[in-house]
Amino acid sequence: MDHSDLQAIIAEHAGRKGALLPMLHAVQKAYGCITPEAEAAIAEALNLSRAEVHGVVSFYHDFTPAHDPRPVVELCRAEACKARGVEALVPAAEAAAGGRVNLKAVYCLGLCSVGPNARVGDELFAGLNEARLVELVQSA
Amino acid sequence: MTVVRISDDAVALALGADAVAEAFAQAGCTVERTSSWGMHWLEPLVEIDGHGFGPATPADVADILAGTSAKAIGAIADHPFIAGQQRLTFARAGKTRPLSLDDYAASGGWAGLDRARTMAPADVVAEVLDSGLRGRGGAGFPAGIKWRTVLEAKGPTKYIVCNADEGDSATFADRMLMEGDPFQLIEGMAIAARAVGAGEGFIYVRSEYPHAIAKLNAAIALAANKIAPFALEVRVGAGAYVCGEETSLLNSIEGKRGEVRAKPPLPALEGLFGCPTVVNNVLTLAAVPHILSPGGAALYASLGVERSKGTMPVQLAGNIRHAGLYETAFGITLTRLIHEIGGGTASGRPVKAAQVGGPLGAYVPPSQFDLPFDYEAYAKADALIGHGGISVFDDTADMGAMARFAFEFCAAESCGKCTPCRIGSTRGVELIDRLRAPAPAMADAVVSLPQMHNATKEPPSRAESLALLEDLAEVMQSASLCALGGFTPYPVRSALKHWPEDFGQ
Repeated sequence: MDHSDLQAIIAEHAGRKGALLPMLHAVQKAYGCITPEAEAAIAEALNLSRAEVHGVVSFYHDFTPAHDPRPVVELCRAEACKARGVEALVPAAEAAAGGRVNLKAVYCLGLCSVGPNARVGDELFAGLNEARLVELVQSA
Repeated sequence: MTVVRISDDAVALALGADAVAEAFAQAGCTVERTSSWGMHWLEPLVEIDGHGFGPATPADVADILAGTSAKAIGAIADHPFIAGQQRLTFARAGKTRPLSLDDYAASGGWAGLDRARTMAPADVVAEVLDSGLRGRGGAGFPAGIKWRTVLEAKGPTKYIVCNADEGDSATFADRMLMEGDPFQLIEGMAIAARAVGAGEGFIYVRSEYPHAIAKLNAAIALAANKIAPFALEVRVGAGAYVCGEETSLLNSIEGKRGEVRAKPPLPALEGLFGCPTVVNNVLTLAAVPHILSPGGAALYASLGVERSKGTMPVQLAGNIRHAGLYETAFGITLTRLIHEIGGGTASGRPVKAAQVGGPLGAYVPPSQFDLPFDYEAYAKADALIGHGGISVFDDTADMGAMARFAFEFCAAESCGKCTPCRIGSTRGVELIDRLRAPAPAMADAVVSLPQMHNATKEPPSRAESLALLEDLAEVMQSASLCALGGFTPYPVRSALKHWPEDFGQ
């Protein structure tokens, strides 16, 4: 992977208090993952051990060790969306996703009054039924 | 030119508000994007001269402008859902543009901060104490006592941290406030900083709230001069539910794994970077500007019941017809909230259960719906108010599956630091599976290990499994480090107690 901007990203955040999380977010956004090489460079910059950085990366769901090029559809499957019937939509959504779309469960998008809900990128979709969810997955 | 007001809250956006706004703009109207009134079943809600139309689609635009729309709901302020509320924290909801400093100042904004700046810090703390304000994040700890501890703590550096990691399902009041009235939160934090002598603050927002993050960043930039020398920054979470717990949240801001810290030391004495720190929920801090405005503390203390003072922004969610935000004084019953205000289930079927307080809250059966909304009354009934979210379920809900999900969620989100939560949650899933299995012969995962060769090979009876589940719940409740493991037994025990038929034969 081409990490040519990595040092610039690291430098941008290095002076902040508690710099690690903002830095990891920036790296994840730029490369779609946080590789062992990136972990090593971040550890070096923040005077941490690689184990410490890896411990943080592996703790949080938002950080991934390898890039997944598939489009992501996040479907909320928490209590309020379950009460509004999200589980009944899952088989059709999974079938539509197949291997092409990464259909991920998310626990709450904060739209609990109007579920079932999904997120694609920074766009939110509420009040989904099976047809709309399948369409969303297919167009992702 | 007709002025049309449409919310840009995430709920409205997710239901297509942008397309409706665009259609009105193309029809020659001036479109103002405001916060949401909180009547989510009517979103996107269109407001023209105080009158509402919803839920609107681009196809409704012509009818609405011609005055012939069947989606007219009359004057919004007179709608029973709005008229029945007592809005203090959400006083501006639906009425102002979230990022307009003019709107904020014109609606009483900054009055609390300006007054706090003329007062001695100890007097500011005393007013918060007198108001009876309790932490709205779930634990209900008196905010004034926390502030006093930080004020009296020694140290050159102190911090204000806002817990905006609103991960509980059925809760969205923090999100609505950050997206709809961000200056109020900023003002509340600036008052807290003035009261305890803090120079810097952080708002820790979950990454699932992209719109709230954008609004807060914009609002902080706009208000930076007003709150100076206090400096404020947004920190974005990374998808860990447990970071809503205050000590793991502090670890996360520091750039560490979001593991829970043992208490003591209290964060008020040794919090962020080891310094005295106020950690309050969004709604707690957002209630402060009102309390610090002239006469605010006395008004706040006059509302509510017993030791639960003031108002609670209740969030009506799940399978409920009139879902949304309902801010009211403490003491209201679930019967009123769910049946009278909420209009029963959205599906039209009978209500089976209501989960109050998010994923860690108890499932309350309809027979207990007359319980008053009050921290102590709920605690007495083995339930909790938490962050004020209510998920309604109809009679198709499988409570055994919901209990299993509670354990499953705890297992997925456990930070791993303490054993009852890390291992108990997984054992809980196995136990519920065993209870619900059609054939009783399922072997126990641990008993089948070679180390357990002395254990009986007979499959456990149902009574034994139930006793083990009760034991497990007891251990998790009393021996976990934080509320994640400690409160997961609430939904499980309540589901088992009130709906044993959903846990197999």
